[in-house]
Amino acid sequence: MKLKGAKILMECLIREGVEVIFGYPGGANLPTFDEIYEGKIKFILVRHEQGSAFMADGYARATGRPGVCMATSGPGATNLLTGIASAYSDSIPIVAITGQVRTWLIGNDAFQESDVIGLTRPITKHNFLVKDVRDLARTVREAFHIASTGRPGPVLIDLPVNVTQDETEFEWPEKVFIRGYQPTVDGHPGQIKKAADLIAKCKRPVIYTGGGVNLSGASQELTEFVRKTGFPITMTLLGLGAYPGTDPLSLGMLGMHGHASTNHAVQNCDLLIAIGARFDDRVTGKIEAFCPKAKIIHIDIDPASISKNVVVHVPIVGDVKLVLRGLNDIVQAPDVSEWWAEIREWQKKYPLWYKEDGSIKPQYLCEAIYRAAGKDAIVAADVGQHQMWLAQYYRFDYARTFLTSGGLGAMGYAFPAAIGAQAAYPNRLVIALVGDGGFQMTMNELSTVVQSKLPVKIVIMDNKCLGMVRQWQELFYKKRYSQVFLDEGSPDFVKLAESYRVTAKRVSKKDDLGPALKEMIATPGPYLLHVEVTVEENVYPMVQAGRALDDMIGSLS
Amino acid sequence: MTHTISVLVENKAGVLARVAGLFSARAFNIDSLAVGETEDPTVSRMTIVVRGDDRTLEQIIKQLNRLVDVIRVRDISKEPFFDRQLMLIRVGLDGKSREKLLKLAQDLGAQVVDAHQDNAIFELAGDQKKMDGMLEAMKPFGIREVVRTGRIALSQKTEVTLKDLKE
Ligand SMILES: Cc1ncc(C[n+]2csc(CCOP(=O)(O)OP(=O)(O)O)c2C)c(N)n1
Repeated sequence: MKLKGAKILMECLIREGVEVIFGYPGGANLPTFDEIYEGKIKFILVRHEQGSAFMADGYARATGRPGVCMATSGPGATNLLTGIASAYSDSIPIVAITGQVRTWLIGNDAFQESDVIGLTRPITKHNFLVKDVRDLARTVREAFHIASTGRPGPVLIDLPVNVTQDETEFEWPEKVFIRGYQPTVDGHPGQIKKAADLIAKCKRPVIYTGGGVNLSGASQELTEFVRKTGFPITMTLLGLGAYPGTDPLSLGMLGMHGHASTNHAVQNCDLLIAIGARFDDRVTGKIEAFCPKAKIIHIDIDPASISKNVVVHVPIVGDVKLVLRGLNDIVQAPDVSEWWAEIREWQKKYPLWYKEDGSIKPQYLCEAIYRAAGKDAIVAADVGQHQMWLAQYYRFDYARTFLTSGGLGAMGYAFPAAIGAQAAYPNRLVIALVGDGGFQMTMNELSTVVQSKLPVKIVIMDNKCLGMVRQWQELFYKKRYSQVFLDEGSPDFVKLAESYRVTAKRVSKKDDLGPALKEMIATPGPYLLHVEVTVEENVYPMVQAGRALDDMIGSLS
Repeated sequence: MTHTISVLVENKAGVLARVAGLFSARAFNIDSLAVGETEDPTVSRMTIVVRGDDRTLEQIIKQLNRLVDVIRVRDISKEPFFDRQLMLIRVGLDGKSREKLLKLAQDLGAQVVDAHQDNAIFELAGDQKKMDGMLEAMKPFGIREVVRTGRIALSQKTEVTLKDLKE
């Protein structure tokens, strides 16, 4: 039977297991919305297309399945860009479907035409312009395949109006074969053996894991590896949760705002076992001074990540889950108790610290959220100081419970991402921790939670300023505070929420915080908690840009 | 250090932009890039001449491999290979120099494509050395215009045949 392109698209999405689409309509995707009208797939109407990409991202991070967002041509598509770029930086599988002007108008500067393929080429894993309805089903199949396999990432499908109107015989390609795309998933046994040999000989090892472990769903394998070896493990911002943060073998986060003790351990190790991590500059500090005494084993599915920033001694290309299985089978760990004793000394010497002064300390807020939320909660953090404090003070025990825009650091991410996760898990507690700055970038999505009846909890850490930028201006620009105070323009967040019929409350006393968080969690439906915290508070410890990882300021109180 | 890499890609719209975009986004330098269809019309071959140390080259090859439309990448300068370019060169001419010039061009292996009263166009195919020699020799006569293809290259050993690339 012949079907219209738009119907074929929906049929394909259903077969791909898509249960929800985040998006916004317009002229160039009207035929598709006429199919969405049928209600076969749940649709969440956003208020800005950027939000739909962040939601698809949040959905994907929470579930491990590709998130889908949809926008019209021209301005709809360009509004998606930040969200796509963020997903690209963090290797998150999303499929973005944009409308496009009719094929014969492409290149004619038609109304609402933009070169979406050109615009998204550098920020997608791959993109497709479908010019013929007969290519549509295969394209959708390939898009999902590419997005979710290998090193995952965003894929965009640009769909001209006429392609969605044209008819063809619908055939679902069961198999996908792309000759130029065949990721290596099995680690080379010889390399795994070499890694095991290094492990057997080391004295001061550190396991350093990144987002790749979460993406691969390798928590179990990682946990087995850590338990078997008894080695210390540190996680990047995106790696948090892959190994239980409350476990004594966990050193928490490393890097620019990592624990000082952890950074010391990394700098002094003789073997660094990097797993699904990419040696980002926020993690390594001054690259020439990173891990000076260490041999490095690097396990990653993307060969291009290996030896890009640092030269490694034993590269292993493959899915970290499978490689870890192989490694777990043969690994024999030496006794590292002396090394642990040294690390425990650092931990004693450099605990996280902050000073109480009667106001609600932002660090305290993070601790309070952690105490209140419970293990099953999903927490999204926006970008800035609150993000770093949450990463320091919240002990994530499970993979896929922490959502944040790490690589791109896109403000405005957390609230929509939380909506995306909530759409996947309507019955779980989903909290978005946002700054007063970042929230104002995507707070329009309050409409979306109300309309979609999603019980997202929003906690605003209001320090009246763009805290992270203020911190840098304080430390490196002689307190010449330039364009960082927001207070005069900020809305009354409680009234704002209430105008959307969202329950809201303001807290400015420390003692009220715990009960307010409890009330927020107990209240059905969406909720906004506006927390007024200390204004001039800095995230410590801190590695200044261009300094070595163990050259930190603020590591002692 | 100059490397010649041979890249088999899908013969599709936009692939050149993907490859060129990758080079500019990652600040890799291209000396030349030549592209054309292969014996299989669904596949094109790009010959890219790049400059960089071994680490840069390794990244270039890995990054090219990440592109979905890239089927195979190979640094053929690591093995014996042949490379050729094609040059068209317009040289000034007068009654006096005419004979000498035509003779010289012939000796250098160039063909006359077109000749007029006051100028001639020669065609020369060959490797870099041959191009350099021709340019040097023509200089005294007055080179008016030069156009060259990028380098194209084949390894001495047979590469994977395109049939191997099919399922
Ligand atoms: C879209 C975007 N614009 C600018 C920045 C630069 N930036 C990084 S952190 C930050 C301040 C964030 O302020 P706020 O949301 O209030 O959070 P806080 O740091 O105060 O916790 C800014 C402006 C960014 N990361 N993203």
